Amino acid sequence: MSAITRDEVAHLARLSRLALGDDELDHLAAQLDQIISAVARVQEVAAQDIPPTSHALPLTNVYRADEVRPSLPPDRALAAAPAAQDDRFRVPRILDEEA
Amino acid sequence: MTTPTLMDYDEALARFEPVLGIETHIELGTASKMFCGCPTTFGADPNTQVCPVCLGLPGALPVTNHAAIEGIIKIGLALNCEIVEWCRFARKNYFYPDMPKNFQISQYDEPLCVDGHLEVEVEGETYRIEIERVHMEEDTGKSLHVGGATGRIQGAEFSLVDYNRAGIPLVEIVTKPIPATGERAPLVARAYATELRELVRSLGVSDVRMEEGSMRCDVNVSLMPRGAAEWGTRTETKNVNSLRSVERSVRSEIERQAGVLADGGRIVQETRHFHEDTGRTTAGRSKEEAQDYRYFPEPDLVPMAPAREWVEELRATLPELPAARRRRVQAEWGLSDLELRDVVNAGAVDLIEATVARGADAGAARKWWMNELSRRATAQGVELAELPITPEQVARVQAMVAAGELNDKLARQVFEGVLAGEGGPDEVVAARGLKVVSDEGELAAVIDEVIAGNAAVADKVRAGKVAAAGALVGAVMKATRGQADAARARELILEKLGAS
Repeated sequence: MSAITRDEVAHLARLSRLALGDDELDHLAAQLDQIISAVARVQEVAAQDIPPTSHALPLTNVYRADEVRPSLPPDRALAAAPAAQDDRFRVPRILDEEA
Repeated sequence: MTTPTLMDYDEALARFEPVLGIETHIELGTASKMFCGCPTTFGADPNTQVCPVCLGLPGALPVTNHAAIEGIIKIGLALNCEIVEWCRFARKNYFYPDMPKNFQISQYDEPLCVDGHLEVEVEGETYRIEIERVHMEEDTGKSLHVGGATGRIQGAEFSLVDYNRAGIPLVEIVTKPIPATGERAPLVARAYATELRELVRSLGVSDVRMEEGSMRCDVNVSLMPRGAAEWGTRTETKNVNSLRSVERSVRSEIERQAGVLADGGRIVQETRHFHEDTGRTTAGRSKEEAQDYRYFPEPDLVPMAPAREWVEELRATLPELPAARRRRVQAEWGLSDLELRDVVNAGAVDLIEATVARGADAGAARKWWMNELSRRATAQGVELAELPITPEQVARVQAMVAAGELNDKLARQVFEGVLAGEGGPDEVVAARGLKVVSDEGELAAVIDEVIAGNAAVADKVRAGKVAAAGALVGAVMKATRGQADAARARELILEKLGAS
């Protein structure tokens, strides 16, 4: 049994806004299946007393004080924008959405 | 697009039972953003409060604002939540451009605060609203849509985004489904939003201004036929931005859904937008394709494990909460339930309390704020607290009334002067020459003049028609520009005319 189906890979691709062709889906589904299977082996050795981890460092509660620091000047903030207008980032409109 | 048939509200409620759910977003009033040091000032020029972190530039790393975590824990505690011992942030991935990094840092299956409740009162009945969760996230940028429907630029179809708001600490408070509110559903929704706003305001962690968007409600409504066991499909009306709109949007959505269901239609699970002008909602994004945000634990932030000692320290700093405070002032000021409700609805509790703290007695303080000043606030279309007069000034006016230096009529003139920017009460009194004429000789002289000038009326009084004396009292008050003590003037007039 495969760890991930071709349909699931296609779904993930849609969510990630990746336009994958049929060939690519075949290719990647097989590869992802192998990767997931390999990683799944870790679960075989993970005992009950080992909690899942999301972070490499054994740290908690890293905070900064609520202090204001200088922001970028607007021209630098907008420097890397593909398009800008009126000191704002200009982006293609997305229908049916209101912020 | 078919025209939706609305069902009359009473009929809708006779046939269906609404179930509510409310998600509230509250921006915390921290000086800096959630994960970077950019300021959070409202109304700044576009993109002047942004940096590599909140713009999601490569290599930038977020660091959590301690004051924001303190703020959310206070909110959680005030809502009777459990503060979890360990939790993480999560990435919510999506492609809408209101976040420049294509994800929002939020919390998913590990919210910081869980299982709380908030009691609200509607028409004398208490409803316990169960709180599912309170979690920490960051606000998004603001988009300005140009062209197309707005027609501002012919044929243009794009949005302009300002990321000043992106990254401002945002607390999301989610209720459990609220059943069994019946026809009061819109009022319960409004009462919840009102109480939540008061609660958060009392904590001092946010200015909770709905008109500026620092508090925003998403209102879920579903209907089920009366007697049914299963809830219907719900819709979510987004960004309802006033307390009144919370109430109206629920009512409107009940009427719409009932109409659809009665026509044999089905409710589509979707996001809807509320329109202030029409009081109606229109369809937005469909949730038919379940939103899949591919949440995963935020790798750039370490877990939070709020120490129990810290949580208890914060609990000890909580102020008297609004519900307890209302019970206290009701007892202290001797108010009926109705009087209390009026004072609360007028936003006068703080003002009256501050006025009492400066020496006025509670009855007088309430009288000025609830009558004279409320009337003026309404006439000007502002909140009571926005009137340019302080509790201290009101207490000073009342002190002069209590000392017999002013009567109520003159006091109202002092308020008028203060509100018109003529200075404080003492300055207005001096500048306008307002003081009760207590000099009996002076008053007697005025009365003699009035009697001489109104001989016919005076004769009537002499003949025993005591009621006619009112006209003479009026003339005396007019002659003294309201500064006489009307009751004393009446006594003197009757004495002089031998009618007493």
